[in-house]
Amino acid sequence: MEKDFEVVDHTADVGIIAYGADIRQAFTNAARALFSLITNIDDVEEVLYRDIELVAPDEESLLVGWLNELIYLFDVENVIFKRFDITELNNTQLKARSYGEKIDRSKHKLKTGVKAATYHMLTVDKANGCKVQVLFDI
Amino acid sequence: MAAPWQEVVKKIDDYRWEIPQNYKAGMLVPGLIFASENMLNHIWEEQVFQQVANVAFLPGIVSRSLAMPDIHWGYGFPIGGVAATRIKDGVVSPGGVGFDINCGVRLLRTNLTEDEVRPKIGQLIAELFANIPSGVGSTGRIRVSEKELDEVLIKGSRWAVEKGYGEARDITVTEESGCIKGANPEKVSSKAKKRGIPQLGTLGAGNHFLEIEVVDEIYDKDVATAMGIDDLGQVLILIHTGSRGFGHQVCTDYVALLGEAVKKYGISLPDRQLACAPVQSPEGQDYLAAMSCAANYAWTNRQCITHWARESFIKILGKSRSELGLEQIYDVAHNIAKIEEYTIDGKKHTLCVHRKGATRAFPAGHPDIPDIYRNIGQPVLIPGDMGRCSYVALGTEMAMKESFGSTCHGAGRVQSRAAAKRTIRGADVARELTARGITVKTGSMGSLAEEASGAYKDVTEVVNVTDKAGISRKVAKAIPVGVIKG
Repeated sequence: MEKDFEVVDHTADVGIIAYGADIRQAFTNAARALFSLITNIDDVEEVLYRDIELVAPDEESLLVGWLNELIYLFDVENVIFKRFDITELNNTQLKARSYGEKIDRSKHKLKTGVKAATYHMLTVDKANGCKVQVLFDI
Repeated sequence: MAAPWQEVVKKIDDYRWEIPQNYKAGMLVPGLIFASENMLNHIWEEQVFQQVANVAFLPGIVSRSLAMPDIHWGYGFPIGGVAATRIKDGVVSPGGVGFDINCGVRLLRTNLTEDEVRPKIGQLIAELFANIPSGVGSTGRIRVSEKELDEVLIKGSRWAVEKGYGEARDITVTEESGCIKGANPEKVSSKAKKRGIPQLGTLGAGNHFLEIEVVDEIYDKDVATAMGIDDLGQVLILIHTGSRGFGHQVCTDYVALLGEAVKKYGISLPDRQLACAPVQSPEGQDYLAAMSCAANYAWTNRQCITHWARESFIKILGKSRSELGLEQIYDVAHNIAKIEEYTIDGKKHTLCVHRKGATRAFPAGHPDIPDIYRNIGQPVLIPGDMGRCSYVALGTEMAMKESFGSTCHGAGRVQSRAAAKRTIRGADVARELTARGITVKTGSMGSLAEEASGAYKDVTEVVNVTDKAGISRKVAKAIPVGVIKG
């Protein structure tokens, strides 16, 4: 795979397309894309982790739910994540452990605030590896 | 060569363009775009026609799916979209309000002139920046318990005034008196509350800002005077922010919940972000109760920021509150759903009016506007992009007839944030603003570039369309001299 994710222009907001050999990897890369919008994730260290477990009616909703859980943790606990270990992912369920650290303004330059992941133009395409697309409200 | 949109739209007059109901199978009503011909090329490129058409799918939608001239591509609903649905058999859609519930604008007047403020602008901006938390991930100076937060959600601005943030008069010149009825904190998730607690009393980031501005033109002297805008060169203070992470989470929660309601009630939609439920259903009522909490949170937020803005002016200028003026002109919501009454074809209807990036614009005599404005009409506050200009306008009878008492809310983006960042550097924007006599303090140069003027439609063109179409009337224009943003 040449690239893990790319940022897609949208007038008011920002979209991302994330790739992976399978859906887990694509979901992982979507999460990395999210935090790369917020900050430079190379500056983030793995000093803590948070577990996420969620159920949703389908894969698209799982993707939105997964990213919104991460946005929630960023907003409430001020944690920036850089590595994601999705241990379980089927059509309706996701379990993951995410690693990162609390915001330290002396070393993390915050770029964009992300309000939420939306369902607009949302796709999970498993035709050839896996490619997912999400639009964020920023 | 004819522009591609010419085959689609029906010109009604120079500022009104109809998207016929047969544009897309499934539309229940036609669409109507308020725009100049010049604006339509861009609107077409942006797929906004599709979004206006998609909104026309919402069950119970009446009249037309509307687009204000600052329309641009959103998610689900376009930004600058207005849709009214019958409450008896129509739906309410959280996507028709957006994530930043009750993002809105408050305007204060002062007795100060530009000459008095210019020499102290650096100090003023620094004081405001220090006094008002802003930026990505910023937390507030106010600490509330979860129980106290419930009070904020129920009381809105009144909570802030009772705690000493602001004055009782402020409430009388705030849309809904800063407290929309029907707020029920039990309908709000604990997640939304956890996001909301640390962020109360913060400006936030993105397009949110506080601006010190100077009156540059007055179009209607009598109306301006009634609002306390007396002269050219007079200093005004504009506050633009919303319900922060609290509102974002309420929307996130309810888009997911109503995604299920769509299946339950057998509603067919062209975009999942339009998720909705019948207004009268438990899901629809729960959303409105939670949305009202977020709206009240936003009014409380702007109320607290108003207080700190006043404190900052008093401290730096060394004068009393009454010498300085600092009275609130008005406060309006730009993202909200409201239950309102309209007469259509001689029949009274109770409607759920979704305004997503649109401003209420009620005319003189309307019972929902404050006594002091009852004879002139509701003040409409339209911020431009950062560093250009902003407008004060007035609601009209035409808005009641044609746009469900709504008009535009701002400039409307034409360039994506990413594109703006690629082509414009934050440092250059700061330099250009400084060269034009505007002092800026920001937490992030990147966010400054995203909000550069070039990324927006000209707000003057937008406001002129609403003025000429008659859905709001220009009163005054102000230009910035100082800005703080996240």
